[in-house]
Amino acid sequence: MYKIAVMGEPDSIYGFGALGLDTFPFDSAKDAGQCLKRLAESDYAVIYITESLASAMAPEIERYSGSKIPAIILIPGVSGNTGEGIMGVKKSVEQAVGSDILFGGVN
Amino acid sequence: MASKAITPTRMELTRLKRKLITTRRGHKLLKDKRDELMRQFMDMVRENMALRKKVEEGIAKANKNFVLAKSTMSDEAVKVAFMAAKQEVSLEVSDRNVMSVEIPVFDTKMKTSDENDIYSYGFAFTSSDLDDAVKSLSDILPDMLKLAEIEKGCRLMAAEIEKTRRRVNALEHVLIPETEANIKYISSKLDENERSTQIRLMKVKDMLLEAAHHYKEREANG
Repeated sequence: MYKIAVMGEPDSIYGFGALGLDTFPFDSAKDAGQCLKRLAESDYAVIYITESLASAMAPEIERYSGSKIPAIILIPGVSGNTGEGIMGVKKSVEQAVGSDILFGGVN
Repeated sequence: MASKAITPTRMELTRLKRKLITTRRGHKLLKDKRDELMRQFMDMVRENMALRKKVEEGIAKANKNFVLAKSTMSDEAVKVAFMAAKQEVSLEVSDRNVMSVEIPVFDTKMKTSDENDIYSYGFAFTSSDLDDAVKSLSDILPDMLKLAEIEKGCRLMAAEIEKTRRRVNALEHVLIPETEANIKYISSKLDENERSTQIRLMKVKDMLLEAAHHYKEREANG
């Protein structure tokens, strides 16, 4: 049985607690990397991370891109959408096709 | 190209020919795999993009509601309201195999089936904005889970497509031409050997005939 975690700034994520997801509030990326590692090794199958926190800990997130579990998904935080999540989708198109032919002009 | 210590023997030639057949078949199979993966990936990534946009919009809306709710409540009150969650979500993970890429499939299980269990607080000390905020977040949750599944699948497939494409290219542009060149080299070498043996035999025969019949002497004497 797997669980779902949400990491990010306290203001962006506290609502998820009510839905039954486990929230892990962080203000800076310093301890978040450690926490992500711990979560990935325990039974969390999906980890949502706010875009602003994720941009500060990209290498740690990259480490799990090849494995089936956990799925690390970026979500916009309360401070707004940085477009990082959309970029991730475009990046996988680029990786597969060679260049982004699908969403090239659309932003 | 044709080079590097290949012994031009008939045995080597048959070995290379057999290798070429296998390589060609492998190349064709990998190419088919790449094409099919690509087709499925295209469908999936389009869905991924649409879902992501929907989820991001939904979360932005929920966040707006939360900010609104917070403006009428103290930080402590909000914290207290979310202190003990009633609802709990857990996942069952299974696999879906798409062209040998294992893609996770998430099956959600809620602890309680009551829809109203997302409100982990009494309604007396919280604003109704908070209820709206929680409701809007809970509405987007199924899409968020679907997004997690699809986005992970897309990423795994993208990696697999890249790997397959490299293999196809390596076979097509390196291994197959090299083997073909080697086969050509060996067969021309063998042909040449055969010709040189033939010429040698003819020459020897000439010499033997000359020794036996002395044609040149007879010609000189008329």
